[in-house]
Amino acid sequence: MLTRLVGLLFVFLAGCAQVPLRGTGDLGLIIERASGHVTLVNTSSRQPYARIGGLGDLSHASAVFSRDARYAFIFGRDGGLTKVDLLEARIVKRVMQSGNAIGGSISQDGRIVVAQNYTPGGIKAFDSETLELLAEVPAEYAPGSFSKVVGLADVPGNQFAYALFEGGEIWVSDFTDPKRPVTKRYPAGLQPYDGLVTPDGRHYLAGLFGEDGIALLDLWQPEKGSRKILEKYGRGEEKLPVFKMPHLRGWSVAAGRAWLPAVGRHEVLIADAATWKETGRVAVKGQPVFVMASPDGRQIWVNFAIPDNGWVQVIDTLTGKVVQTLQPGKAVLHMEFTPRGEAVWVSARDDNRVVIYDTKTFQTLGGFDVDAPSGIFFTSRAARIGF
Amino acid sequence: MRGLGLLPALLMLPALVVHADDQTALIRMVRQDCGSCHGMTLKGGLGTPLTPQALSEKPVESLIATILYGRPGTAMPGWKSMLSASDAQWIVSHLQEGFPEERR
Repeated sequence: MLTRLVGLLFVFLAGCAQVPLRGTGDLGLIIERASGHVTLVNTSSRQPYARIGGLGDLSHASAVFSRDARYAFIFGRDGGLTKVDLLEARIVKRVMQSGNAIGGSISQDGRIVVAQNYTPGGIKAFDSETLELLAEVPAEYAPGSFSKVVGLADVPGNQFAYALFEGGEIWVSDFTDPKRPVTKRYPAGLQPYDGLVTPDGRHYLAGLFGEDGIALLDLWQPEKGSRKILEKYGRGEEKLPVFKMPHLRGWSVAAGRAWLPAVGRHEVLIADAATWKETGRVAVKGQPVFVMASPDGRQIWVNFAIPDNGWVQVIDTLTGKVVQTLQPGKAVLHMEFTPRGEAVWVSARDDNRVVIYDTKTFQTLGGFDVDAPSGIFFTSRAARIGF
Repeated sequence: MRGLGLLPALLMLPALVVHADDQTALIRMVRQDCGSCHGMTLKGGLGTPLTPQALSEKPVESLIATILYGRPGTAMPGWKSMLSASDAQWIVSHLQEGFPEERR
């Protein structure tokens, strides 16, 4: 009887949604790619505080945050879009928006969440409050031909920039009227595989898989069109097998330069962020996947494709040299800096572990077990362009 | 999971010679690493679907060659530095039947 009363009391309290008052600036989530769960974490205590299931196929899942940093929008591979309340640790809303998706983004004003899809190829825009469909832009680059969409990024002016893998183009869709987006097209090159926008929102870069080089669009002067940078950086010498597509998401502009993964080569390419000319290369341990700048731009952390995915290397942006080589665990998939970068969290999928490093000393600050962790996303992304 | 695979040698292989430990590693590799392009459920992503419906009619030898040597002009790399011919043969036969889930 007492148990039942306590149970009833619990239901009653839960019904009132008694959430202790707190901010969300030190919260985040970790994707558990195999089990359809996310683990919610606190970057101050360096511990998980909740785990939520029922999110579907989360392989290659990613998350963006509402501008109040309370809600996470999680884009699953199976086309599921799930809105999670970080404070109440529950799913608020979930829709199946496509057959095969690859991530998403949130608009400058925070009102529109956009998913990028492989099948059917294109983007779809949703009201961030209700997840109601607002508009879609099919990636029909030629009559009857649809492309997979990659590299979606929010850019100023409530616009989204993205690239078409088969279509070989960069598209910019303006959602000033959320139900009637206006799209402009620019040539990119052969098989763009991912994209990023610079921290100031000015330049959109699409990495090319089918040829050496990166397509660049100046969003302040789009009428000037796109151009290619870092052409012929060397993959053409001998087409190297690429065991995992590099990812361009993440701020890789630091110390006035862009730090970019070379496709296939064991190198990080450096380009001057004013002239976009190559200024150097850094030899690294394997094929880079993520090349991520710390918030202050002093360090670049790099992880690698299989079979070198047990390593992480750190480049000092002042000297352009590798200053640290770490072995966080088996199958390192992602890294995320705390908001001001005193620590970085690293996911080691095959060790079922997240490891936390001090970025100054490179010592381990802690860690905990998570089931097949992949992406790590902190709420500090809510206030960043391109995240 | 080691060794340089030679396709002609494969045709002389009497049967599947992949040990249980290696099978676990292969299942993990296909689900997780092949899955990064083909999807963890193998229904496709940047890469094509690897479901029985997609593969059962395709010739075994060409599928094995695709795994070991890649497909020029596409993002599919050759995996011969990481997989032997018998590994590739094991993967192909299991993909065509419906690939096992990882034991969790």
